[in-house]
Amino acid sequence: MQILHVEGLTKYFGGLAAVSGVDFTVEEGEILGLIGPNGAGKTTLFNLISGTLVPNAGKVLFKGEKISGLKPYVICRKGLVRTFQSCKIFPEMSVFQNVLLGALFGAPENIAWKQAADVAEEAIAFVGLSAFHDLPAGSLTLVNQKRVEVARALATEPELLMLDEMMAGLNPTEVGEAMELVKRIRDRGITIIMIEHVMKAIMNICGRIIVLDHGKKIAEGTPEEISTSKTVIEIYLGE
Amino acid sequence: MISFINVLVNGLLLGGIYAITAMGLSLQYGVARILNIAHGEFIMVGAFLTFVLHTKLGINPLFGLAVAGPVLFVVGYLIQRILFKTLKDRTPTPAAFEGSSMLMAFGILFVVQSIAIFIWGTNVQGYSYLAYSVYLGDIRFSVNRLVILVISVLICLLFYLFLTRTRTGKAIRAASQDPDAAGLMGVNINRMLALCFAFGAMMAGFAGMLISMVFPIYTTMGMQYTIIAIIVVVLGGLGSIPGSMIGGFLLGIFSAIVSAKDPGLTMAAYYLLFLVLLLVKPSGIFGR
Amino acid sequence: MKQSKRIAKYILPVVIVLLVALMAVVPFFTDPYKVVFLRTILMFVILTLSWSLFSGTTGYTSLATAAFYGAGLYTTAYLGEKLPLPLMVVCGGITAFALALLMGAITLRLKGIYFAIFTLSSVELIKQVLHWYEINIVGVRGHYVTRVNDVTVYYVLLVITVLLVLTIYLIKRSRYGLALNSIGSCEEAAAHIGINVVGLKILAYAISSFFIGMAGAIMATGMLYIDSYVAFDLNYSFFPTLMAIFGGLGNILGPLVGAAVFTYLREILITKYSYHYMLIFGTVMVLTILYLPSGLIGLAQNIWKKLTTPAPTKGLKTEGGKHADTSC
Repeated sequence: MQILHVEGLTKYFGGLAAVSGVDFTVEEGEILGLIGPNGAGKTTLFNLISGTLVPNAGKVLFKGEKISGLKPYVICRKGLVRTFQSCKIFPEMSVFQNVLLGALFGAPENIAWKQAADVAEEAIAFVGLSAFHDLPAGSLTLVNQKRVEVARALATEPELLMLDEMMAGLNPTEVGEAMELVKRIRDRGITIIMIEHVMKAIMNICGRIIVLDHGKKIAEGTPEEISTSKTVIEIYLGE
Repeated sequence: MISFINVLVNGLLLGGIYAITAMGLSLQYGVARILNIAHGEFIMVGAFLTFVLHTKLGINPLFGLAVAGPVLFVVGYLIQRILFKTLKDRTPTPAAFEGSSMLMAFGILFVVQSIAIFIWGTNVQGYSYLAYSVYLGDIRFSVNRLVILVISVLICLLFYLFLTRTRTGKAIRAASQDPDAAGLMGVNINRMLALCFAFGAMMAGFAGMLISMVFPIYTTMGMQYTIIAIIVVVLGGLGSIPGSMIGGFLLGIFSAIVSAKDPGLTMAAYYLLFLVLLLVKPSGIFGR
Repeated sequence: MKQSKRIAKYILPVVIVLLVALMAVVPFFTDPYKVVFLRTILMFVILTLSWSLFSGTTGYTSLATAAFYGAGLYTTAYLGEKLPLPLMVVCGGITAFALALLMGAITLRLKGIYFAIFTLSSVELIKQVLHWYEINIVGVRGHYVTRVNDVTVYYVLLVITVLLVLTIYLIKRSRYGLALNSIGSCEEAAAHIGINVVGLKILAYAISSFFIGMAGAIMATGMLYIDSYVAFDLNYSFFPTLMAIFGGLGNILGPLVGAAVFTYLREILITKYSYHYMLIFGTVMVLTILYLPSGLIGLAQNIWKKLTTPAPTKGLKTEGGKHADTSC
């Protein structure tokens, strides 16, 4: 079943099209990879879907309902949540408070404090941060801050999670752990779209990959198809 | 037609003063990131210095340029070096510095104003210099206003040439666009910040001298000029020196037009224009 | 450590109740001048606490306190004689609440220094328009107000203060308090985890202004004459901001202590050194910002930490390793 449907999505900055006429769909339960050179419009695409930006043209349907133009908090409560490329946590707050906020406000219906606390605890344990529960989130290492962000997103009980360069800046061991984490999230029944530059991760865990260049979708297919596609190789290796 | 020209000249006169005031503030905010709420106090000091020199010692007000400007330059340099530099070193983030430097400027405002009141009292003062009119064709111009207009345009031009043609000026512009990169390129940032603050204070001194020639002066006049300067700086785009120059003249003309209709509404019209502008285009008319 | 925390949890409410009780009986034992003095302190406590309820948590520096205070003053000036006192005070609050809703709704796009400048200018705009309106349309500048005795004013302010502290306490404990802090910490992230940041900001702004307006409405009765220049004096914007920073942001105590100490110092300086008070005041301010960046409360906490921590000072518990470049 289709969980997300994007049609003709277009965004201009000044006269420049950052994203132009992008169409794609996401099936429930899959991990979709989004790749492309720097400045290809990947993060802008995330911004358009999550409501950070309003598109100039085109539409986004989430579970068959039009969400483009809605505010980010509304979209989040409908079950579509994202993380940020430059990790955005609440540094002075404890790890628990960070995640608790997601649970308190992100759920489709208002939930009681006690119930939210349980959800938050579960999410913290799920990403493996129980030991840092009461520490200020800003005092954690990069990889753990990224986990805080993921836990906070999971606490909103999403159906679709968009991860923006979750593995950038991590060492090989940490990348391995992050890949495990992404798979475990998928196994919880959450659909995932991920922007990633770490090719090993993309090729290993994504069922399908979309390639963006200059704001346009230039290829789409399984990891095997993408890694052998002539156009994609040209873009990445230059001519 | 005659009245229109009069309005225009009045507008340009005010505009010249506003432009200089705003350029000073713009230097301090654009480069040093200090929203100097005490800017108006420096203007007041410049005005009173000129006033005292003229009435007590009989020195030509125009010579005040050579006194008020340099004196305030030194004061500004010292304030930046002693106070704001220390604050900057102690503040963790640029955003936090923006907030706390504004509050510190507030403290400076109180100190400067109270010293001024101590010395000069609270009475409204003034003097007349070149206060007669000449006719050009059918139109009457008061001489001091024309002199002010000429001087303010000259100051703007000279300062613009300084910024674009000299090494120091170019360094200042580089520092205003990207302090970090300028630092990497060998610009001594700390010196630039102090210089910018000092130049800003000097501009305030010039503006004060010009104001004293045509408007009544008093020790609590600072805030109104600070606010006008802030308006002009936002109008021209925070940190853009040419923007402040043009913005100053535009606001001057705007104000002359409004006060020709109803003087009581001038200030209100400023704020309204300003608020609308902030909402519609916060980066200023000439902002990127 | 844990035990001392638990004791502290009980000490604070007890101290507050005792303090309120003490303040409630003070007028019976002191001379009228002291009551006027305490009244001024309470007024600034209300303004400062209200300011920090919004600006201290969200990080948006509002300089429109004078607008809301002035709205309260003017409400009394216009309605004072037609309404009973408590109703009038609430009306002042409602006027300020509505003004804050309007201002919040139009300033949503502005961030940082722009928000501060906008709010500052709104005060001036209201002042100038009102001034023009009174002179050209009404024909009379300002209003005379029927005086209410100082002790009554004092008690009304005390009630407002208690209500305000209670409101802040309840908000801080609730999910909305946490959400307001998250806006101050990283607004974009807050918006993406389901928090209606716009609605929350406006509401918090309006609630905080409600108390400022009430304080203005009752303080008006202590004045004889009100015009737009008296009512919309920018000092009412600047002082609360300074007082909150002087005391220290981050909890209820900082702004409370800041306002009380600051107002006390100010009054002493004005009466004893009326000529030099601004000089001393300005110097204290500069020194505070330089040497007490986290305010009086921050200073007290540092001293307390030094006294209670054994010799090898334990720094903040942090996790080693590389740290992230977070963008918020």
